[in-house]
Amino acid sequence: MDLTFSEEQDELRKVVRAFLARHSDEAAVRRLAADPHGLDTVVWRRMATELGLQGLAIPEEYGGSGFGYVDLGIVFEEAGRALLCAPYFATVALAAEALLRCDDERARADLLPGITSGATVATLALTEENGRWDETGIGLTAGDDNRLTGVKTYVPDGHLADLFLVAARTASGISLFAVEADAPGLTRTLLPTLDQTRKQARVEFRDTPARLLGTEGTAWPALRRTLATASVLLAAEQVGGAAAALDTAVSYARIRVQYGRPIGSFQGVKHKCADMLTEIESARSAAYGGLWALDAGDETQTAIAAALAQAFCSEAFTKVAGDSIQVHGGIGFTWEHPAHLYLKRAKSSEVLLGTPAYHRELLAARLGI
Amino acid sequence: MELDFGPAVRDFRDELRDWLAEHLVGEFAEHKGVGGPTDGAAWEVRLAWDRELSAGNWLGVGWPKEYGGRGLGLVEEIVFEYEYARANAPYRATCGALDLLGPMLLAMGSEEQKKRFLPPILAVEELWGQGFSEPGAGSDLASVRTRAELDGEEWVIDGQKVWMSFGDHADWLYVLARTDPDSQRHKGLTMLLVPTDQPGVDIRPIRNLAGQDEFAEVFLSGARTSADLVVGEVGGGWRTAMTTLGIERGTTLLPLQLGYEREADALIELARERGALDDPMLRRRILDAWISVRIMRTTNMRTVAELIAGRTPGAQATTAKLYASTRHQQLGHLAMELAGPAGQIVGEDYGLDTRQRSFLLSLAETIYGGSSEIQRNIIGEQVLGLPKDPRP
Ligand SMILES: Cc1cc2nc3c(=O)[nH]c(=O)nc-3n(C[C@H](O)[C@H](O)[C@H](O)COP(=O)(O)OP(=O)(O)OC[C@H]3O[C@@H](n4cnc5c(N)ncnc54)[C@H](O)[C@@H]3O)c2cc1C
Repeated sequence: MDLTFSEEQDELRKVVRAFLARHSDEAAVRRLAADPHGLDTVVWRRMATELGLQGLAIPEEYGGSGFGYVDLGIVFEEAGRALLCAPYFATVALAAEALLRCDDERARADLLPGITSGATVATLALTEENGRWDETGIGLTAGDDNRLTGVKTYVPDGHLADLFLVAARTASGISLFAVEADAPGLTRTLLPTLDQTRKQARVEFRDTPARLLGTEGTAWPALRRTLATASVLLAAEQVGGAAAALDTAVSYARIRVQYGRPIGSFQGVKHKCADMLTEIESARSAAYGGLWALDAGDETQTAIAAALAQAFCSEAFTKVAGDSIQVHGGIGFTWEHPAHLYLKRAKSSEVLLGTPAYHRELLAARLGI
Repeated sequence: MELDFGPAVRDFRDELRDWLAEHLVGEFAEHKGVGGPTDGAAWEVRLAWDRELSAGNWLGVGWPKEYGGRGLGLVEEIVFEYEYARANAPYRATCGALDLLGPMLLAMGSEEQKKRFLPPILAVEELWGQGFSEPGAGSDLASVRTRAELDGEEWVIDGQKVWMSFGDHADWLYVLARTDPDSQRHKGLTMLLVPTDQPGVDIRPIRNLAGQDEFAEVFLSGARTSADLVVGEVGGGWRTAMTTLGIERGTTLLPLQLGYEREADALIELARERGALDDPMLRRRILDAWISVRIMRTTNMRTVAELIAGRTPGAQATTAKLYASTRHQQLGHLAMELAGPAGQIVGEDYGLDTRQRSFLLSLAETIYGGSSEIQRNIIGEQVLGLPKDPRP
């Protein structure tokens, strides 16, 4: 395990950053945020075919490049920085991970190549009206014939997913199912979200035929590992978002003049920016700690690091995004300024995989506190 | 999370582990975890422990052999600090000379100075005090007023230094003094090595808030030192001082922060005993304390990994002190709260237990080595590139 970035990783960051600067600039983010579909399919395809981003950490046997989680974390950090409007988190951090971790080799061979090629947008449908991310929150049921009935909601990018990985309850426990978007009895509704840069949907299943993945009733451990991985990747995304929010604040503090001086020369502002950076660097440690643990493959350490990363990075991003608005003053409170886009992404990410309080409890459980 | 540097370093690590297991016994073991950069507790025992380390050739792991060191690399130095912290060995009494003066001399001292001063540091024969701060020059170090004038073959020094850690034990001082009387600010300053055993040096202990004589003020009136005991250039003392402060703000915090993890574990233990883990508010703060010490460790690992890879450490190397000092204070407050009224009772002669001492002394961490406000200025200006504070 290497605790510092290699030159190749620096290069990966550079390439991804340049790509996103071109294809996910503020204009693109605003356009896609305002669009109910919210995906530029050309860019999505190019992410897969030119940069191989969807399949970066997917093993080569499924068409991916087999890189590690530190590499993938770099991409998420950059995606967060650019507020990328694409189902990247849903497809890569949730759906692909769930497939990789379920005990169903056939399903992996069938479904992962579509994800790596960019042909498939996928997501994980886990949460329901209760908004819970734990095992007991799952109420949607599957009958003996693997037909699903019930409602999933707050499903990230569920409005445009081609493939749903659905957590459902069967007689023997929690099981994982794969459902194509055009399956009979499946209806989905886009939910109007506070954060328009990451969309959510309500998905209803009425006697919908589904493909059981792996052994019935044994999916929870795999899902728990999936959520831990996604927690770390989300943390990396949050770090990137926070870093961008600080960057705009600092640029502004350098040029905005009040009392005859740039506001950044006043300690009230300078020190706030310094605190923001300290928060971000600490969040970065939290997220990187998770990425290292993932690459080291130690499940207990990953679970600890993942809960820690979500508890810390969620709050750090929200804090920094709010402080960025403060540094911008009145202009930061306008719709036209990008500062609110970061605040809203921070707020939605804070609860995307469970609240910071929930993750503290996961951490406590792992530490035996 | 562990650092692994391959077989050669593993041998070094195992050798160290074995040595510590064998030697950290008896009185030394009773003083595990004692001391800190501002904690003079059990001074004599710790000095004896430093001599034990010296006899085992464990001081100056990364210093060249010709000056009494082991001549190993940065990796071994880091491994040494981690293993040392893991063993919870007493905080080294001679840390000032080992962590600050030694590296300063290695970086900027003359060959004669290195030969003369480094071996006695490693042999724990000469102790050192850092004479930077003055009553009128703390954060604003460039306003130093202590003067030094050349009188034939000697410098003659007049002025006052203050807040010198372990100053009353010092055999030598390194003193930032103004050698050009007409100079302003950071120009015209010189770094001088001054022996304390002379009539012109008067050291008076200052009692700190924990009731210890841990730092001192030093009056220099006609104190003398040899003309060649200048580190760096005459008039170039600012650069020498900044080199030292760069060292102080960097690696020396590393083992200290590993000790905080132990405090966090003790805190959780205490909370468990008190049944405080069922209180949701306390529980949250306890978890946050655990989270922050874990983050400190990861931040250290990032910096260490970058140093070893020969990369310039990222911004985290600069933000680490601000984060750690602030969070450590919070941990201290929480520990005191959990201890409840019993935690308010001290021993005879204001004798403090570990928790009380650690809490009180943590208040210094946001002051020494550049206060938190100064750290924020440094981060804002040097890392984020914000405009400078107004300066005279
Ligand atoms: C335990 C301990 C050990 C020490 N050991 C040594 C030692 O061995 N050798 C040595 O030379 N010194 C030592 N010091 C001194 C230490 O470096 C100084 O205390 C520190 O630099 C602050 O200086 P000051 O005490 O004069 O406070 P001041 O500089 O007067 O600061 C007072 C307050 O004002 C704030 N402030 C000052 N300037 C600014 C500014 N520009 N912007 C915003 N806020 C500002 C400070 O942050 C602080 O809160 C030690 C201090 C302590 C507490």
